[in-house]
Amino acid sequence: MGEKRLVYMDHSATTYTRKEVLDAMIPYHAENFGNPSSIYSIARASKNAIDIARAQVAKALGADPEEIYFTSCGSESDNWAIKGIAFANRKKGNHIITTKIEHHAVLHTCEYLEKEGFAVTYLPVDKYGLVDPAELEKAITDKTILVTIMYANNEIGTIEPIAELGAIARRHKVYFHTDAVQVIGNLPVDVRAQNIDLLSLSAHKFYGPKGVGALYIRKGVRIDNLIHGGGQERRRRAGTENIAGIVGLGRAIELATADIEGHNRRIRAMRDRLLKGIMEKIPHAYLNGHPEKRLPGNINISFEFIEGESMLLWLDDEGICASTGSACTSGSLEPSHVLLATGLPVEISHGSLRLTLGNVNTEADVDFVLDVLPKVVSRLREMSPLYQKSGKEGGCNVQ
Amino acid sequence: MYSDKVMDHFKNPRNVGEIENPDGVGEVGNPVCGDIMKIFLKIENNIITDAKFKTFGCGAAIASSSMATELVRGKTLEEAWDVSNKAVAEALEGLPPIKMHCSVLAEEGIHKAINDYRKRHGLPEWEEKNPHPHDHEEDLTCKHWPPDRFPRSDTPAVSEGYFAAYHREAEDQEKFAETKFNK
Repeated sequence: MGEKRLVYMDHSATTYTRKEVLDAMIPYHAENFGNPSSIYSIARASKNAIDIARAQVAKALGADPEEIYFTSCGSESDNWAIKGIAFANRKKGNHIITTKIEHHAVLHTCEYLEKEGFAVTYLPVDKYGLVDPAELEKAITDKTILVTIMYANNEIGTIEPIAELGAIARRHKVYFHTDAVQVIGNLPVDVRAQNIDLLSLSAHKFYGPKGVGALYIRKGVRIDNLIHGGGQERRRRAGTENIAGIVGLGRAIELATADIEGHNRRIRAMRDRLLKGIMEKIPHAYLNGHPEKRLPGNINISFEFIEGESMLLWLDDEGICASTGSACTSGSLEPSHVLLATGLPVEISHGSLRLTLGNVNTEADVDFVLDVLPKVVSRLREMSPLYQKSGKEGGCNVQ
Repeated sequence: MYSDKVMDHFKNPRNVGEIENPDGVGEVGNPVCGDIMKIFLKIENNIITDAKFKTFGCGAAIASSSMATELVRGKTLEEAWDVSNKAVAEALEGLPPIKMHCSVLAEEGIHKAINDYRKRHGLPEWEEKNPHPHDHEEDLTCKHWPPDRFPRSDTPAVSEGYFAAYHREAEDQEKFAETKFNK
């Protein structure tokens, strides 16, 4: 004993780099350090490694290797897709459609483009965070050049009907981009069948390294460059390649997509037991997101009468890593835009907790959280003036 | 993110709870903003003999309530009135700039409880020297912090001088918190 227990339940924030991936990467730091743009033999080794990784990503997405471009992260991929399409197609139109629940890499890029003369429609979502395909169809005009809708939401885990939304965009001859950062390894992707023209992904969300991502760009899509400079990535994305990172991304996506169903069964079973336990033990708690159409590891719950940051501090004290949609951790006073978009009242949004399960978790972790969380909620409610006022005191079922 | 002192007062908050038959009660904040403080005072012969609190809010809000109630215990009402938010933050070995409003809330909670006592005794209420735009029931967006989010254009009947003072104070607070916190 003595060693503090660590229960990591924040896999949507990032994952560790798995050993097989790390092993694949190591030779490309010191031994095979050649610049792939050079002509000598060690450079060719680097180039070959990148080619292999590109093929691994293409296979996972149902794309051709020539349609895969490596970037520095998911945010760069989103920025490139949206700005690149916007600036390359502005003669055709200036209208972009997205949703109110996108990641900030998409939302802030769209806000930037609004300042540059583009018009953006932010589609609403229902109480589960789902986009209505009919709303998308209605929003498309003859000025629309891009639809960008995330595949699954990072906070509440809701999975959007991406193939259907893609089909609508395709029918109207509008480019369709999806931020699939949360999805790789959790849901199957087939860019052809799902009518996807551009797709963003990031290695550190599926047990790969940080600092590397990719953008799928369907052949024939008209897009401007984001990073200008040398001729890397077939003249589309300048900058000497992060070879080790790219190798890691390739290996990680291969492993993550080898048995998605098996992975999900295991994670989902733990998640469901945890969720059921929390709901049984803690009164006045609400599940955010869709009851079924959600990422297998995601739990997002709001607890009435308490604030999220104080909950996280107590959980951290017990060694539990989680996150919240409360304003108090975001550096602003606005609680999560995603929770607000689902119609959750502001005061309830402050009391949200996100637990995202993944490979490191065990049944013992679930038991531990089920033991600790009700006590934490109870303790904070006892000192909350709102709890007292509500007349709902009843306490948690703490054994 | 937080100093050891803040974590101590968060994890072992002093004076949590309510006082039966309090002599003064002050509730400040707004659930929409994510923080509410309720301060209870017991007052005998112009001296605060007991102070307790209940708080809905983040770690800094709970620690500020705990520290503020500690600071005013045993003080005369005049002395307690002069316990500023800076004093609370200083006693907590600093707060991150974005959390300074929590200490402001604590100061205001104490003030409101003292004025509640004065009102009950038919005494004129003391005026806030540096009123802060916190205790607002209708402002559902609660954009009082960071300072550049305030004033809101739709806040009525407030003079420009008031906001200039608010901004100066906010800047001071930020600088203060930064120097304290970056040590």
